Amino acid sequence: MLTLIKGGRVIDPANQVDGSFDVLISDGKIEAVAPHGKISGSKTKDALVIDAKGCVVAPGFCDMHVHFREPGHEYKETIETGSASAAAGGFSSVAVMPNTSPVNDNRSVTELILSQAKKTGLVNIYPIGAITKGLKGETLSDMGELKESGCIGYSDDGKPVMDSELMRRALEYSRMFDLPCIQHSEILDLTRGGCMNEGIVSTELGLKGMPVEAEDIMVFRDIALLRKTGGRLHVAHISSGGAVDLVRQAKAKGLPVTCEVAPHHFTLTEEACLNYDTNAKMSPPLRTDEDIDLIKEGIRDGTIDIIATDHAPHDLADKQVEFDNACFGIVGLETALPLTLKLVDEKIITLQKAVDLLTHQPCRIFKLDKGTLGVGKDADVVIFNPDTKFTIDPEKFKSRSKNSPYKGWQVRGKILHTLVAGKSVYSDHNA
Amino acid sequence: MLLSTKNILGTKELTKQDIQQILDTADSFKEISTRAIKKVPTLRGKTIINLFFEPSTRTRTSFEIAGKRLSADVINISGSTSSAVKGENLIDTARNLEAMNPDILVVRHQCSGAPALLSQFVDCPIINGGDGSHEHPSQALLDLLTIHSQKGDLEGLKVAIVGDISHSRVARSNIKAMQTMGMKVCVVGPPPLIPPEFESLGVEVSHNLREAVKDVDVVMVLRIQLERQNQGLLSSLREYSNYFCLTSESLAKARDDVLIIHPGPVNRGVEIALDVMESPRSLILNQVTSGVAIRMALFYLLLGENNANPN
Repeated sequence: MLTLIKGGRVIDPANQVDGSFDVLISDGKIEAVAPHGKISGSKTKDALVIDAKGCVVAPGFCDMHVHFREPGHEYKETIETGSASAAAGGFSSVAVMPNTSPVNDNRSVTELILSQAKKTGLVNIYPIGAITKGLKGETLSDMGELKESGCIGYSDDGKPVMDSELMRRALEYSRMFDLPCIQHSEILDLTRGGCMNEGIVSTELGLKGMPVEAEDIMVFRDIALLRKTGGRLHVAHISSGGAVDLVRQAKAKGLPVTCEVAPHHFTLTEEACLNYDTNAKMSPPLRTDEDIDLIKEGIRDGTIDIIATDHAPHDLADKQVEFDNACFGIVGLETALPLTLKLVDEKIITLQKAVDLLTHQPCRIFKLDKGTLGVGKDADVVIFNPDTKFTIDPEKFKSRSKNSPYKGWQVRGKILHTLVAGKSVYSDHNA
Repeated sequence: MLLSTKNILGTKELTKQDIQQILDTADSFKEISTRAIKKVPTLRGKTIINLFFEPSTRTRTSFEIAGKRLSADVINISGSTSSAVKGENLIDTARNLEAMNPDILVVRHQCSGAPALLSQFVDCPIINGGDGSHEHPSQALLDLLTIHSQKGDLEGLKVAIVGDISHSRVARSNIKAMQTMGMKVCVVGPPPLIPPEFESLGVEVSHNLREAVKDVDVVMVLRIQLERQNQGLLSSLREYSNYFCLTSESLAKARDDVLIIHPGPVNRGVEIALDVMESPRSLILNQVTSGVAIRMALFYLLLGENNANPN
């Protein structure tokens, strides 16, 4: 089974490739990447040809922070619908957070997730195991067993590990397995009852705020612990400009800390909550223009390592309620590329760097043999047209949930094909 | 002339003309409540539903009496007797009520923004009867009517609002309405009860009651909710009272003609001393009377002068 993707601009940051290349796929693996027209005709005979003229051909995107809700909350999303959403967004690999029901804190849940993923067979699913049993923040989960079952990192995401002693032990023990501890950085004492950023908008709306200091203090604490323990700290969905600064300082000292940002934290501010729009309710909350500027600076100078969506599907029943009672989070997989390209439009980063943040960098941090078009690697490929303009319509999302604040946004950057191990898992109807 | 808005969700959405018109209309309705037969046929055949998810005596009764004095049929539904206790979602409750064709829905809810949410799903006009810490527009309007009846023109008047500003929907509604009417507002209380963002709403912030009341026309005292103590926002009510209870002593530097108002219910001796409450400067009971007139005016104006029966 041969596939030839020809005439596109290949951007493969893992191999420092950017130019007009053809990509030949054989039996699910990358067979050759060569300048346009240089792969010999004898090799490409009988190949299915995908014309990528005017498009970017890149390694399939890798999102290290999604919630697929299975097991337990299948009415919001399943591994199948989440995978379809990922494929439609150009993602060939995703890491699923453990806050399912039951929680992924042991081998049986990890294996269930992997077996569901195999059955669906759309994209690569990498489970993340809980740091503490039941996400209760009381006792460490069996980190060794979780790794052996297939987990690629540890997190209590949705909740922080509040107990400093426990976080210290988690960082220490995880060293044995060389996997990152991913922290949802939030001092709960400061955010209790809060539902949006604390500031001028929360004051005006009469909503309980979540001060930015809740994030800064937790990031500071974890970095302090990391200095003592070693291990690897990955700061999830950074939203505070101050926290970006803390990570920058820690990196300058050579500490093994990395961080991610979600597209909503560099495209929206707290003002999106005006009119009590529950699709703008997320945790960490949307912050201010000042935070966005500092986040963009962090993306520009490399302090922020990767872009991850924090894809958090919620049913209408969980969102079409009083702001106080609405669930936190938005779906993100199908808007990630166009929102990331806004950074290119604003000249914060190059298109090449944008692809890097979505492919090579996440795989470097999570040590996945993905995010590359290297010869012999799995043929996980995305083809997108960066110039195609369209209007975001959540009703058209493949995700089971439609909770997006981006409805009606005019954006550019359309996914045309997503391939996983050489197999097409998504094709745009009009492509 | 009709109001610029279909719903009364907050004073933020009201223009100066709107507020002036509501006050003028309320003024003309005051007289009805003094008649031997306190009823006019203006809203005969109209149905008003009071949907209250939070306990309330004063506000609910005031809306009810206002509707009845205009001959509307008024139905009261409280949170504990509604389907909310059976787990029915707010929107479904409201849609069901709307299917019975009410002409106005008055909503009180513990969540900020609940009336705004409802307004997206029901067609009939909604009056916010107080939502969380957000707004309580009819209270602010009745406060303005009370002040207006004593002081005349509102433009340029100075008001000090004392108490738990942070959690107060009365404070928010009053700040916006008073600013629209050209009044100056100073908020007074301990820092944990006044977030710094209030300054960006254009009000003065003070932590010294004696100084703050020095040259104001009106002092508005807010109820201190007892649970703030458990939330760590107050050390004790006793300590709070030492600094922020409105007493003759803390009013020592105030003008003689200063007006005292309080939205009620009052914690006697906590935020206001008994003698101040009962002094001639206190308009607390006038506020209650103004409340009925304001709510009559809101019903009348929302249902449209043309829509209503002639007096």
